[in-house]
Amino acid sequence: MIFKAPIPALIFAGIFAAASGDVCTAAEYGPGVTDTEIKIGNTMPYSGPASGYSAIGKSLSAYFAMINDHGGINGRKIDFISRDDSYSPPKTVEVVRKLFEEDQALLLFQSLGTPPNLAIRGYLNDNKIPQLFVGSGADQWNDPKHYPWTIGWQPSYGTEARIFAHYVLDNMPDAKIAALYQNDDFGKDYINGMRAGLGDKAGKMIVATQSYETTDPTVDSQISALQASGANVLLTAAIPKFTTLAIRKVYDIGWRPTQFVNSVSTSVGSVMKPAGAEKGVGVISATYTKDPSDPRWQDTPEYKEWLAWMKKYNPSVNVSDALAVYGYSTAQTLVAVLKASGDNLTREHVMKVAANLHDLHLPMLLPGITISTSAGDYAPIKQMQLQKFDGNAWKAFGDVIKGSGG
Amino acid sequence: MEKRVAEPESLTSAPATLASARNWRWLATFALIAFAAALPFALSKYHVFELTMVMIYAIAVLGLNILTGYNGQISLGHGGFFAVGAYTAAILMHRYGVPYWLTLPPAAFIGFVLGVLFGLPALRFEGPYLALVTLAMALATPQLLKYFDTWTGGQQGINLVKPLPPAGLAVDLDRWLYFLVLIVLLLAIRIAANILHGRTGRAFVAIRDHPIAAAAMGIDTARYKTLAFGTSTLFTAVAGALAAIVVGYVSPEGYSIFLSVSFLVGSAIGGIATIGGAIVGGFFIQFVPNLANDISDAAPWAIYGLAMLLFMYTMPRGVVGTLEPWIVKSLSTRKTAASDSVGQCDGA
Repeated sequence: MIFKAPIPALIFAGIFAAASGDVCTAAEYGPGVTDTEIKIGNTMPYSGPASGYSAIGKSLSAYFAMINDHGGINGRKIDFISRDDSYSPPKTVEVVRKLFEEDQALLLFQSLGTPPNLAIRGYLNDNKIPQLFVGSGADQWNDPKHYPWTIGWQPSYGTEARIFAHYVLDNMPDAKIAALYQNDDFGKDYINGMRAGLGDKAGKMIVATQSYETTDPTVDSQISALQASGANVLLTAAIPKFTTLAIRKVYDIGWRPTQFVNSVSTSVGSVMKPAGAEKGVGVISATYTKDPSDPRWQDTPEYKEWLAWMKKYNPSVNVSDALAVYGYSTAQTLVAVLKASGDNLTREHVMKVAANLHDLHLPMLLPGITISTSAGDYAPIKQMQLQKFDGNAWKAFGDVIKGSGG
Repeated sequence: MEKRVAEPESLTSAPATLASARNWRWLATFALIAFAAALPFALSKYHVFELTMVMIYAIAVLGLNILTGYNGQISLGHGGFFAVGAYTAAILMHRYGVPYWLTLPPAAFIGFVLGVLFGLPALRFEGPYLALVTLAMALATPQLLKYFDTWTGGQQGINLVKPLPPAGLAVDLDRWLYFLVLIVLLLAIRIAANILHGRTGRAFVAIRDHPIAAAAMGIDTARYKTLAFGTSTLFTAVAGALAAIVVGYVSPEGYSIFLSVSFLVGSAIGGIATIGGAIVGGFFIQFVPNLANDISDAAPWAIYGLAMLLFMYTMPRGVVGTLEPWIVKSLSTRKTAASDSVGQCDGA
């Protein structure tokens, strides 16, 4: 008997399958998994205002290409399906539905951006599809009670801003702080984290704030207004393109505040060099990954392994690009989870493994920074270290700091 | 006597042919609707979702066609009115627990009122100047949505609870939403046809073709121009509300200037002064960017631009605008061949 079911019967079967969900999965494979292959879905802004992040998507593909060349994970190759959503939430919904209803991927990994991820969180949790290691530092991915299928990866923006605030309080008691932020949760998380970190001094210390939209052509007028406030500290909570514009403008108008930039915009290749390397000297940020252009690491086996991968598999991305390290490390986290899942590759089991990591060391994370999760803790990385730009590279200073809250 | 004999013959033959032509039109329409109604059962849920989006864009483009195609006013701001409809539905559902289908009339009302208000200053602007004014709407919308964040949820947007298909109907949510949108689309086409093929439509076209002559003929130009604006934005706002219900999420990023441009592109590709062109436009808006992406990861927008150029070179009046006269012509020559006397009637 060949499959020739009439259409209504197929629909009925479809409804039935949707109702029964994942209860009766055959063997221990979820959708998208066979003896030889695991399908992984991803969304990435390859076009549009946030396309600077596409280096992450390229790096993820490049890492899985290497894994596949070395025989895959427990004998299974990774079929990495990465689709462009232009950072537009309705497009993300469409693309994610395609990934799980047409392509039949096992899980969503490293989908990028806060609004796109918010748009699909409900759909993924309703359908019990893991939304693993979200590509956003918003505070809300650590909410296992309400969204048990959604887990973040990087330290949250609020955590990072608190670390900046502690530095200011300890080293610059007379600081007058101005802040440029993206007019959304991403930007506001920093402002709120800064206020929380400064505590009762926030009202006195923060003298001016200005916001921008991702559709703005420049931030020149905002920077001029912030300079006019007489501030001696500038916090820029912006995506890469606008951080570049801000650093350049601050320098060009002769303003010399102590500058803090957020960790998503610290790439030497795609932020600091385009701004003009000399213009970013002295800028402070926080990090949790190794800067590939820092000579400290260049004799280590971890770096050499990374460089070999970059040259062979990821030649289109600059070797000094921090986004490549980010992609490399998140991909390694997923590989570790899939490896530990063994032959039990159901969505439930993979999610359980992802929420049960203990002090996972990754070669390109800073020494002392590890990944840990539990059923009640969906914030894999919680530590950071401050660093300063010297015109060529970022130089770490001080100790690894564990951010509290958020 | 001779005359009496001849007269009944021509009288009977003309209505007979007209009636058969009308029958054919009804039959074709009915067949199309039946096809649209059967289609979702042959497709996967995802493709049903895609077609639902096509129809939603078609409704929005239909609104734009009324304004730009029939009344000659160019709008670069319809993405903004689409967003207004979407947020009306989202806020009503999320904050006030209004059932999803009940959000359509308020969205239509607010779309109409806003359109009329926007149409008032538009009376003073023409052509590219009006396009600039409406561009302001498109540019301001995402920012305004973020500014009024207590209502709109700001950057986070609003997550909507999924609507449930009516109990007793054995269809899943995606197919139910498809039918809901199909019904709204058919209604919209019917209403648009009634408006455009009647007195009001002739007034719209007269104003587009020669505003001074239209005014001299006694057409209240100001009234009809604002009416065109209001009707147009009503359609687009309803489309926006449907999009919010179907996508289940609204946020400012989804309503950038690019959406407004997409509507105008869809409108031009389909044929700006046609009703059927809106559906072609809907297909273009939904599928061409995806196709472009499949063809080239590196330069999808170059492919998109190329597709636009191809369409515009081969069919300068849009797909329907170019093909429709041709089809009508071939039909009427068939009719003329069938009966000489009817040929005269057609010409009159």
